[in-house]
Amino acid sequence: MDPVLSIKDLRVSFRTPAGTVQAVRGVSLDVQPGELVGIVGESGSGKSVSFLSIMGLLPDTATVTGSAVVAGTEMIGVRADQVRSQRGKKIAMIFQDPLSALNPVHRIGAQIVEMIQAHQDVSREAAHSRAVELLDLVGLPQPDVRAKQYPHEFSGGMRQRVMIAMAIANDPDVLIADEPTTALDVTVQAQILEVIENVRQQLRTAVVFITHDLGVVARIADRVEVMYAGNTAERGLVNDIFAAPNHPYTRGLLSSLPSANRERLKPIIGAPPNMISPPSGCAFRARCEHATDACASAGTALVRVGATETSCIRASELQGSRQ
Amino acid sequence: MAESELSSLDASVGLTAESLSPGRLAYRRFLTHKAAVVSVFVLALLVLWVLLSPWTARYGVNEQVFDISKGPNQNLPPADFAWFGTDIIGRDVYSRVLYGVRVSLIIGLASAVFSLALGSLIGAVAGLKGGLFDDIVMRVTDVFLAFPFLVALLVVRNMFGAVGWITVIVGQPSSIRFMVFLFAVFGWMGVARVLRAQVLSLKEREFIEAARALGASNARIIIRHLLPNSIGPMLVSLSLGVVGAIVSEATLSLFGYGPDPGTGATSLGLLVAGSKSAVRAGYWWLALYPFAALLVITLCVSFIGDGLRDAFDPKHGGGR
Amino acid sequence: MLRYALRRAVWLLPTLILVTFLVYVALRLGTDPLASYRRTNIRVSKKKVDEYIAANGLYSGAFGYVRGYFQWLWGFITLDWPRSIKGSREVWPHLKDALANSIRLGLVASMVGILVGNAFGVLAALRPGRLRDTLVNSGALVGLAVPPFVSALLLQLLFAVYWQKWFGYALFPVSGVYPPGHQGFDLFLMIKHMALPVVVVAIQSIAVYSRYMRASLLDVLNSEYMRTARSKGISERRVLVHHALRNALIPVTTLAFLDVGAVVGGLIITEGLFEYPGMGRFFLVAYGNGDFPELMPWMVVIIGSVVTFNLLADIAYAKLDPRIRLG
Ligand SMILES: Nc1ncnc2c1ncn2[C@@H]1O[C@H](COP(=O)(O)OP(=O)(O)O)[C@@H](O)[C@H]1O
Ligand SMILES: [Mg+2]
Repeated sequence: MDPVLSIKDLRVSFRTPAGTVQAVRGVSLDVQPGELVGIVGESGSGKSVSFLSIMGLLPDTATVTGSAVVAGTEMIGVRADQVRSQRGKKIAMIFQDPLSALNPVHRIGAQIVEMIQAHQDVSREAAHSRAVELLDLVGLPQPDVRAKQYPHEFSGGMRQRVMIAMAIANDPDVLIADEPTTALDVTVQAQILEVIENVRQQLRTAVVFITHDLGVVARIADRVEVMYAGNTAERGLVNDIFAAPNHPYTRGLLSSLPSANRERLKPIIGAPPNMISPPSGCAFRARCEHATDACASAGTALVRVGATETSCIRASELQGSRQ
Repeated sequence: MAESELSSLDASVGLTAESLSPGRLAYRRFLTHKAAVVSVFVLALLVLWVLLSPWTARYGVNEQVFDISKGPNQNLPPADFAWFGTDIIGRDVYSRVLYGVRVSLIIGLASAVFSLALGSLIGAVAGLKGGLFDDIVMRVTDVFLAFPFLVALLVVRNMFGAVGWITVIVGQPSSIRFMVFLFAVFGWMGVARVLRAQVLSLKEREFIEAARALGASNARIIIRHLLPNSIGPMLVSLSLGVVGAIVSEATLSLFGYGPDPGTGATSLGLLVAGSKSAVRAGYWWLALYPFAALLVITLCVSFIGDGLRDAFDPKHGGGR
Repeated sequence: MLRYALRRAVWLLPTLILVTFLVYVALRLGTDPLASYRRTNIRVSKKKVDEYIAANGLYSGAFGYVRGYFQWLWGFITLDWPRSIKGSREVWPHLKDALANSIRLGLVASMVGILVGNAFGVLAALRPGRLRDTLVNSGALVGLAVPPFVSALLLQLLFAVYWQKWFGYALFPVSGVYPPGHQGFDLFLMIKHMALPVVVVAIQSIAVYSRYMRASLLDVLNSEYMRTARSKGISERRVLVHHALRNALIPVTTLAFLDVGAVVGGLIITEGLFEYPGMGRFFLVAYGNGDFPELMPWMVVIIGSVVTFNLLADIAYAKLDPRIRLG
């Protein structure tokens, strides 16, 4: 099957007064129809920037190279109106903070109608009743009443449902969810995850779920992509990543996860590198207990070790020693 | 760029300088505001020039450039014996501008300092205490700020001038002391609003909570935390206050309600007021030079204020 | 919405009464109406003075002030206004003309200021940090730093005095609405007389609005919902108008209402220097004479305008921003 989203060697850098920030440094990724891929990594690892660049939503200071094909349409290095004609239609995105993501002065219904009418030639009335259906689909009680209300009349969880309803309004092939539950309470988080799962099953939308919370990924993702310093550190099926991680960074993330059978959390020591002058070789080596001289000249290519693919050049060695 | 992006950018670039104190950081940002830095130098030069008027002035404040017996000396255009020309009774405009600026700077600084002291106190207390006092202060300032400024100034001027004990303390309405008093009475309101807002936002922050929990008194909290944190807005208020008082003095003078700084002395306002008729008579030098002095002050302070605002509140900055 | 407006409007009257009372007290203390009356009408009979006191309620003592105020208020409401101390003329016809002149000047200047200023502000905010932003921003700082009397006198010097000298005629007149002795309506002459005052006032408001709009729009452009709007794939134009400007205009509109309310009393310097027969000049003359019967109605008009437009500003705000739409 053809992937609905195919990213090849995506690179993003920002010009800033302090220098050029290399936020994304060669990410490649395929997403199959209906698949739910989790993107995890510490804050600043380039998760948001990668997908904002595909949506064409980065500021002018960004330089984007590589390729990203969404359902047959290239999104990188093409005219702005080509990108615009696809976003909201074949690829849609929801954001971290539902409280500020909706325009405070327009009614919920009108904001969804705007999304529909941007890509479909339908009447206002038709678009409105479609909006009400969508609100119902994401589990908003009394959708016809709610459609006439303003964002401030909704709770955070409800607003995120509205965002999801808006994002799926044109039945996109890919839905990017950028930390959609991070700003929400735990109970609300679970509900939103359920809504996303529902949407995926009913509409067969592929979902890219960005988060720094491996726990969330474990619950809903099919596959996991672990990002570090603008590169993919490791990828694999979710079970394999959790059962047998091969990159020391992935293991670090896992052991910083609270769990029943472990007394204390072990956060990864140190901070991500400065992306203006990122280190040569493996970017994680300064924080890695297994780092050797060879790591300083390691590439970023992924190799299969066990069940996962990883960029760690010592992965197979370490795997052997652990068993 | 959203603020969160900015701070993460700072972090990734290693700019969030835990090593630099907020004051030093603000100072560095101020230095990047070129217009403000130039203004500081220009203003400093002007102030120095004026302070040195015993040496930099060429004639006494009331001295004629030459005796009338040697020929007409009134309303002469600029010449080498009088760089800025002479006024209606043959005095040197250049020297008088120096003396005038000196008086105006005194009025401006004194008013601004009093306004600042009074306004910070009232604003801080209103913000900290809240309740009735806060309500009253805010309503009073509302009323005054909504009123046409010059009308309020004139009415209050005459009202205070009619009150015996006030004039005993600060002098007659035409004295410089009274001017300072009047401008301070109006000036505190703006400062109080700024300070109150600052206090309210600081009150939310946890380190104030912590200080309270440790049993610190309100006065202690003000002195230890609030005032140092409000230094930026206060500096901005101070600079605006100086200019506000100088311009107000000139405006009052223009309509005949200005100061009478004693025998022959002058102020920028009086010079500007004198230029009103000179303009129609075509004696441009009588208007232009006092205006230039006034504009140097207002422009410099304006840019310095802008620089300070950017330095202490970079979020609202942007263009230079 | 209507209920909100009504509830706010109910407060209009008490506010007016309270503020006019304070102004009444301040004017009586500050101008000493009786002394001014005697000064203006020398050797006036005791009977006349008593009549003047009764007509204006100028009784002494704390109780006298309260009683006097209500007596004045009653006379004001029943349109039984005392005559001016100078020339004993009726106040309203004169005040009405002044009001009309000020509104004309003020509205034209405000319109220019609001339109041009906001346009500049938008242009600046759309390219933050670029050349045009720098120009607008520093231009506005300069505009704010030039006191109105400086621009007024410099414009007079240039376009009247020196133009006369160089070209033999004055490009713009420096005083009045019409040349002395002119009768009837003449739009061209009126525009010519208004041009310089309008420029003086507009300089200030252009500066104010360009800064205000710039800050407001920058704030909006940095908000998250702008990214949501762009992510929909709608045109950039729609993003800017429907999402950015729609939000940025909320505070700007409020400010505009407040400004228009303040305009009738806020042009004193300009009107004074251009001898423009508006409210500002009316005040300067009346205040100079200590003309209590002229000053009180003037104050009522000014306060009424400020308070009313304050209310309108609040209503406009509530109308534009659903978040503060209170029951
Ligand atoms: N507009 C921008 N200008 C400069 N640098 C940016 C900008 N946006 C993001 N970055 C930088 O790009 C890197 C990746 O950011 P991001 O993708 O937001 O991380 P995350 O993985 O937390 O989503 C960070 O180092 C961040 O500082
Ligand atoms: Mg992110």
